[in-house]
Amino acid sequence: MISELLINAFLVTIMLSIAISLIKTRAVIFTVILTSAYSLIAALMFITLDAVDVAFTEASVGAGISTILFLAAMAYLPKKEEESISNQFIPAMSCIILGGILIWCSYDLPEIGQLTAPIHQHIAPEYIRGSKEDIGIPNIVTSVLASYRGYDTFGETIVVFTAGVAVLVLLEKKNPVKKNKSQPKQKIKKNA
Amino acid sequence: MHNNPILRISTKILFAPIILFGLYVQFHGDFGPGGGFQAGVIVASAFILYSLVFGIEEGKKLFPSNINLILLALGGIIYGGVGFVSMILGDEFLAYNILGSSPKSGQHIGILLVEFGVGLTVSNVMIALFNAFASYDRIKEK
Repeated sequence: MISELLINAFLVTIMLSIAISLIKTRAVIFTVILTSAYSLIAALMFITLDAVDVAFTEASVGAGISTILFLAAMAYLPKKEEESISNQFIPAMSCIILGGILIWCSYDLPEIGQLTAPIHQHIAPEYIRGSKEDIGIPNIVTSVLASYRGYDTFGETIVVFTAGVAVLVLLEKKNPVKKNKSQPKQKIKKNA
Repeated sequence: MHNNPILRISTKILFAPIILFGLYVQFHGDFGPGGGFQAGVIVASAFILYSLVFGIEEGKKLFPSNINLILLALGGIIYGGVGFVSMILGDEFLAYNILGSSPKSGQHIGILLVEFGVGLTVSNVMIALFNAFASYDRIKEK
């Protein structure tokens, strides 16, 4: 119990220091690297919560691939963020109030792993039993993700596909360049 | 980065194990942590590493863009196709029980195919995004 508390306190401290340095830094590359580090610590947090699949996803997607994509996209951004001089009192207060409300609400949450919690009463027992008896797969996460919630995962795949296609269409600059090249010619012809 | 021997050789050594690990995560998702999303990202990272070290042109030679775009769509088609096959065989959309000789083997086949579709789409979307970002600069410079 004490060791768990120590590990959690250690991770939360690192997360907090990363968050504070994220606010302080103005260089875009540090922002990207610190976000990646933040994701990695979040993955460790998920491991302490025994959510290995989520931790795996967070580490590979949050800390890995999104950092690479951010770095690739960073080439088109200014090196430094502009210093914001405007009044930051209202944003700071809204953050503090929202955070305070969330912390206040968290006292009403059931303890982690408590069997009588509503989340473990509704449909989870059915999934845990069915994953073994009906589907025959040891990893309950996979059976929920691919079988019980197959529609949702189908939707997620289509979302990834659509997002990828949308970015490709936005970045595909070949055709507009050709059009721009052909447009002046047309104008010349018209003028002539 | 193209002339650094340490990067070049370590990339060549690491490339196959990364893909092997991705395949392990892909097809071992039933028994351990993992699945299509994670495996797709891992496989994509191997190709992105190759493109980063050897240049985007070499990366496109290794994995051509047109194949990339076809596989990108194929993942979603496999996923939806599993649903339609189960519909044609007389069950509901994405009900895997009917795909195998017994409900359990049907579930196994369905989950394996569906996860493969997810992995295919995710990995190819990531590679396509990286290629698009990396190639965009050169087009702009021209």
